[in-house]
Amino acid sequence: MIRESSFLAAALAGSLAFAVPMAQADDTAGKLARGEYLVTTSACNDCHTPWKMGANGPEPDMSRMLSGHPQDLELPAPPQPVGPWVTAVTASNTAWAGPWGTSFTANLTPDPDTGLGRWTLRNFVETMRTGRHMGRGRPVLPPMPVAMYRHLSDQDLEAMFVYLRSIPAVPNRVPEPLPPAPEG
Amino acid sequence: MRRPCPWARPWVHTAALIGAAVVGVLSALVAFAETLSADLPARLSETGLYAAGSGGMSVGVLAYAPQYPLWSDGAGKRRWIRLPPGTAIDATDPDAWSFPVGTRLWKEFGYGRPVETRMIERAADGSWRYATYLWNVDGSDAVLAPEKGAVVDVAEAPGGRYVLPSRNDCRACHEGAAVPVLGFSALQLSPDRDPLAPHAEPLAPRMVDLETLAAGGLLENLPDALHRSPPRVRAGEPHARAALGYLHANCGHCHNDAGALDGLQMVLAQRTAPGSDSVAATLDSLLGRSSRFRPNGADSAQRIAADGHHMLTMRMRTANPFARMPPLGVQTVDETGVALVERWIADELENHTGAEP
Repeated sequence: MIRESSFLAAALAGSLAFAVPMAQADDTAGKLARGEYLVTTSACNDCHTPWKMGANGPEPDMSRMLSGHPQDLELPAPPQPVGPWVTAVTASNTAWAGPWGTSFTANLTPDPDTGLGRWTLRNFVETMRTGRHMGRGRPVLPPMPVAMYRHLSDQDLEAMFVYLRSIPAVPNRVPEPLPPAPEG
Repeated sequence: MRRPCPWARPWVHTAALIGAAVVGVLSALVAFAETLSADLPARLSETGLYAAGSGGMSVGVLAYAPQYPLWSDGAGKRRWIRLPPGTAIDATDPDAWSFPVGTRLWKEFGYGRPVETRMIERAADGSWRYATYLWNVDGSDAVLAPEKGAVVDVAEAPGGRYVLPSRNDCRACHEGAAVPVLGFSALQLSPDRDPLAPHAEPLAPRMVDLETLAAGGLLENLPDALHRSPPRVRAGEPHARAALGYLHANCGHCHNDAGALDGLQMVLAQRTAPGSDSVAATLDSLLGRSSRFRPNGADSAQRIAADGHHMLTMRMRTANPFARMPPLGVQTVDETGVALVERWIADELENHTGAEP
């Protein structure tokens, strides 16, 4: 009887030891899949992946997926807006100029020096919630739709972050945003 | 003839005193409970700061002045705290005080007249909630500002405009440290006040500090070492002490090793716990360290640089709102404060950057 109990306990312990990592793996895989789904359907690539001219017209350059505005793309000053047309955007879709100044889309890859490599989940979630860089720095600028994304659930934001940490790191130092040119 | 018991009257007197005290505490509890609600009070006069009808402060409201004030574009400021009756702050960790549920703090900003009063409160679930109140021009009361904040015309403010923060902005600053209460801590309330602290306000009569809080039973478990030797920034030179204190108050709520941005490894907050050496941690995080922020076109950037291009002070001086530090609550450069930090760097750090110019 005692031997049977010991055997059952050992079997149960073994099953649990096996089940817990399996559950964690399932959980991680689930987050990755959910994060990939959200990132690819929430228009992240529209601005954070540089666009190029392909055979069938403009398309995102997935060799530089989500790496933000290319550091080697030198730009002249943006055109002055006229009338109700107030925004200018580069062909790469990564630099935007408007009344707020000029913004460059961020490197979302896990590169430690130029991307999100040193960010924590908390930094990412708080950026979305507050609309401030790392949750407490400068404002996140247009066209980033933080006003909408701040309504994503904690679970969805975590899934997006887990997925972004899994994509290839691309070293690319995105320029700092520029304030509006002085009037006059 | 019965002689009166010599203790009779004293007992009556003592019982009366105890009774009055109990009634007083109960009244205070009732009054305090009335100020608590699930919704933020619509008016400042409903937050428990002022005694009803008198224009004076409520019972239990204590004024204080941190030794290193936060720069707020030159606005005049007044500050108060109120603990729930019968409670005390737990100072077991002298750098992360634990405040009782129901604690409220207020800070008034003004330019010749009050413009805004901010309030933070510890909620029943342990979280903190934030409110900001915009004063009527006639100074009769202040009303709850929108959650998104507001910009109002104030002729005396820099540029004639005054920015009330959004609640998210409140969280951005206050929740970047180990404890969301800023400016009310062992270092800030130390009786060993720094005579070189920029914009420091003298302690007014009846303001509390570390000693009076402990003596009044409002602060418990402060390490004995801090009773014997009041906390101070452990820097060798007076200007270094003041500069580090200034950085602590103006930058340390985000740039610390215990909060949301610890991954940046930039430690500008000072610690007071016995055995801690936060000055060394600050120097280690500045000297020979690359800056994540890099001006456009620059190949590299250092927090403290041998060539004098220090990102630390450049970002305090810049007029670029996207690069300026602190990123919140400041529209104009604090010339006095930045000059102090620049002097400290020039006097003590530029020869220790670990890099050739």
